[in-house]
Amino acid sequence: MKLRIKFAKSGCMKLIGHLDIMRYFQKTIRRAGIDIAYSEGFSPHQIMSFAAPLGVGLESQGEYLDIQVHSASSSRQMAAELNRVMTEGIEVRSVRRLPEDGRNAMSIVAAADYFLRFENGCPPEFDAFMAQENISVLKKTKKNKILLDIRPLIYDFRREETGIFLKLAAGSVNNLKPELVMEAFFSWLGEAWDPFCCQICRLELYAWAGGGKPEGDAAPEQKPVSADSFISLEELGESIDDAE
Amino acid sequence: MRKLALSDRILMSVDKPARYIGNEWNSVMKEKSDVKIRFALCFPDVYEIGMSHLGIQILYNMYNQRPDIWCERVYSPWTDLDQIMRERNIPLFAVESQDPVKEFDFLGITIQYEMCYTNILQILDLSQIPLHACDRTEEDPIVIGGGPCTYNPEPLADFFDLFYIGEGEVANLALMDLYLEYKEQNAGRQEFLRRAAKLPGIYVPSLYRVSYHEDGTISAFTPLCGEAPEQVRKVIETELDDAYYPDNPVVPFIKVTQDRLVLEIQRGCIRGCRFCQAGMVYRPVRERSLSWLKEKASKMLKSTGHEEISLSSLSSSDFSQLEELIRFLIEEIGEKKINISLPSLRIDAFSLDVMRRIQDVKKSSLTFAPEAGTQRLRDVINKGLTQEDILTGAAAAFEGGWNKVKLYFMLGLPSETEEDMEGIAALSNEVARVYYDTVPKEKRNGRVQVTASSSFFIPKPFTPFQWASMLEAEEYLERARVVNHAMKEQLNRKSLNYQWHSPETTIIEGVLARGDRRVGAVIEAAYRNGCIYDAWTESFHYDKWMEAFAAVGLDYHFYTSRTRSLDEIFPWDFIDTGVTREFLKREWKRAQEGRVTPNCRAGCAGCGAKTFGGGVCYETEN
Ligand code: SF4
Repeated sequence: MKLRIKFAKSGCMKLIGHLDIMRYFQKTIRRAGIDIAYSEGFSPHQIMSFAAPLGVGLESQGEYLDIQVHSASSSRQMAAELNRVMTEGIEVRSVRRLPEDGRNAMSIVAAADYFLRFENGCPPEFDAFMAQENISVLKKTKKNKILLDIRPLIYDFRREETGIFLKLAAGSVNNLKPELVMEAFFSWLGEAWDPFCCQICRLELYAWAGGGKPEGDAAPEQKPVSADSFISLEELGESIDDAE
Repeated sequence: MRKLALSDRILMSVDKPARYIGNEWNSVMKEKSDVKIRFALCFPDVYEIGMSHLGIQILYNMYNQRPDIWCERVYSPWTDLDQIMRERNIPLFAVESQDPVKEFDFLGITIQYEMCYTNILQILDLSQIPLHACDRTEEDPIVIGGGPCTYNPEPLADFFDLFYIGEGEVANLALMDLYLEYKEQNAGRQEFLRRAAKLPGIYVPSLYRVSYHEDGTISAFTPLCGEAPEQVRKVIETELDDAYYPDNPVVPFIKVTQDRLVLEIQRGCIRGCRFCQAGMVYRPVRERSLSWLKEKASKMLKSTGHEEISLSSLSSSDFSQLEELIRFLIEEIGEKKINISLPSLRIDAFSLDVMRRIQDVKKSSLTFAPEAGTQRLRDVINKGLTQEDILTGAAAAFEGGWNKVKLYFMLGLPSETEEDMEGIAALSNEVARVYYDTVPKEKRNGRVQVTASSSFFIPKPFTPFQWASMLEAEEYLERARVVNHAMKEQLNRKSLNYQWHSPETTIIEGVLARGDRRVGAVIEAAYRNGCIYDAWTESFHYDKWMEAFAAVGLDYHFYTSRTRSLDEIFPWDFIDTGVTREFLKREWKRAQEGRVTPNCRAGCAGCGAKTFGGGVCYETEN
C-alpha cells in the first residue's frame, strides 16, 4: 500500500536541508512504528520518495513524501503517531492512501504556491512588474547562460498587504523558484535583491488535474492555465477512516 | 518558539547551520525559572564530532534527570562562524536555550584528546569568560574539565577552576548539591572551590603549588590548604549495570561521525598493552550484563529511531558474553532492519561468520592491529598478537572471500630497530603471500589489498612507557621512509599500500600529553597566534606552535626527547588511578627485558586496581 504524507516545515527547521529531512523522516517513521516496506540487501532502506526538494531557508505548509507500507491504521491515527515523535517545526498535516496505480509525488509535481512575507511591507511596484508581457531572466545552465522568459511560468499572483502570493511552475520540466522571480523584480526596480528581506513559504504542491495522465510532461505554455488546471497532491489520495 | 542566537543571515552564510540551532529529537528543553543550576556541557570540537560522543550523552541525560538542573550542549563553532562571532562580538551560546554560556552556573568541558586544547581556549574566549581561572569573578561560570586528558590536567591547570578525575556518573551530582549549598550561603567562589576539593575525584589546581628543580623537573607538588588532598583518587562505578545510562540519546539532524546508536558493553581492558593509556587508567575491566544490554538496545532503538547500532569498548573480543550478545543483535534486532556495525574483533571462525552475515564481504575489510613489525617488539609492548594469529586469521578470511586487509602499526616505539621497521613491510608481505597461497587463481577477485598504516608512538601518563623518550620529527619521518622503502622491496609490493601520519602533530601531542603547568603558556600563545582545530590537518600549523614555544621561552625537547629518571616526580603523580607506580615501573623494566605480562584473566599481575573492589579482579572469586 502506498501512503502520502503531507507536512509543514517552519521555524528553525527551515535550516535543515533536503537530505537531512529525508534522514529525519526515516528515523521518525521508525519511532512512530509505521509498518514501512524496506528494500532488499545488506543495508535495507525504507521505500520512500519526496515530492520536490525545498531550498534551505524556505518554510512550507505543503511538503509531501510517499511511502510504501505493509499495513496501515487510520489516517488520523497515523498522523497522530507521527506528530508524537516530531521535533518542533515539523508537523504532519495528513496521511492518505494513494490508488494502486497512483504515480509517485516526485513525477507529477506541476505547480507550487508560495507566499513571500516582507518584513517591511511589499513593494507596490510588483503589479506593474507583472503587467509586462514578458520577463526575461538570465538562467545559468551547466554549460552556458540562456535568456528565459519566466512570465508564462507564473500562473497566478496576488499582492497583499504583508507580501506576495505566487503560483509558479514546479517539477522536473519547468521549475521556477520564487527567488528567481524576486531577483528579476528587484533588478527591474534597479535594486539589489536581498534574500533576507522576505521569508518565503511554500503553501502547496500541485499536479495537473485530469486523471493522472502524464500531462505534466507537456510544455505548460501550450496549455491554458486556470484555477482548476491543478489538483493538490493531497487530493490525489484518500483518507483512511477510523472504522476501516 | 525559541529565538535563535544567530540571525538567518548569519546561519545561511555558514556551513551546516544545523550545528547551531539545537531542537534535535530527545534534546531537553526546560523553563529557565524552574531550575536552580544551568550547566553548559561542552565538547570542544565541531558538532559532528561532539555529537558522536557517548560520554556527553550519558552526562547530559544524567543531569537533566534532575528537575533543578538544566544541562545544555555547547560545541566549537566551525572556523567560518568563529570568525563572524569574533568580528561581531557575539557571545558563544548553548544550543538548547540559545542563551550565552557566560550566564550559566557551570561550563563543563570534556577533554578527549590533546589536540583540542586550543579549542578549549576558543570556547572560553568566545564565551567571553576570562581564560585564566584566577581572573574569574562571581559572575563567571565555574569551569570544570573531565575526560581522559584529565589524567594529566597540568598543561590546562591555569584555565580550569576544577577537574573531575574519573567516571562522570559517580560524583558529579554531589558536586551540584555542594554548589546549591554554597549558592544559598553566598559563600563565594573560592570557598566553593575549597569545599569541592574535599569531594572524591575533584582536583582544584589553584589549591596546589608546584616547585621545580634547576633542571626543570618538579621538586615538589604541595597542597596550599587543608581541604586539598595530596592525592586525588579517580572515582569509578564498580557495578556498570547500576551506572546511569540514557534510554533516549539526542538524535542529530545532520550526519555525524558516529551516526548510530552506541551501546557500551564494558569499560577497561584486560590486555595491558604497555603503550595504551586507556588500558591502564580505566582498570579494572567491568562488564555489563547481557540482560541489561538487551534491554537497553531495544529501548534506545525505539526512542531514537536509529537504523544502526554499534558496540563500544576496548578489545571487544574479550567481552565474555560477546557471542550471545551478537546472536541477539543479529537475530532479534537485525530482524527489524537495523544495521549492526561491529567493532574490530579478533579474526576467528566466529567473527568471520558474524561478519559474513551482516556485511558485504566484497566491500568490507579485515583489521589487525599488530602495532609492531616483529615478535620481539610486540613482546616489548606486551601486545599478545602473534604473526601466526594474523596469518591464520587472514587465511580463513581469504577462504571466505575477503580480499582487503588493514594493518595498524606504531613507529618510534621504545627499543625499535631497523629490523622492526622492516618487519612491518615483511609482515604485510606475508599477509599478501597467504592470500596467493590459499586462494586458487580462478577464485581470486583481483589482487589482495593490504593497507598498512603507522602512527608515531606517543608516551602517555600512567602507562609503563611514561618514562620513554620521543624522537625528533625528522627521525620519525626517516623511520617511515625506511618502512616505505622496505615495502617497495617486497615480492608482493603491488598488493601493498603504506600510509603514515604527520610527525609534527606527534611532537605537539607528545608535549601536551606529558607537559607540566608551564606548557599552559605555550597553549595560550599558540591560540593567540591563531591556532584552533589542531586535530584537523588543514588547520594545524606547526610553525605557529614553534613560534609559541619560542615566545614563551620553553624548549619542547624537555617534554619529548629528554631521558626521564625512574624516580622523577611527574606532573600527574598526584593522581591515583588505582594502578600503582610500582606496577608501572615493573612493567617498564619487563618491557626492556622483552618479557610479556599475562592479561587479567590469564593471571592477575597485581596492578593495584583491585582496591576498587569490583570488576575482573574478583571474577574468579565469585
Ligand atoms: S588487579 Fe589484577 S586483575 Fe585487577 S586489573 Fe590489576 S592486573 Fe587486572
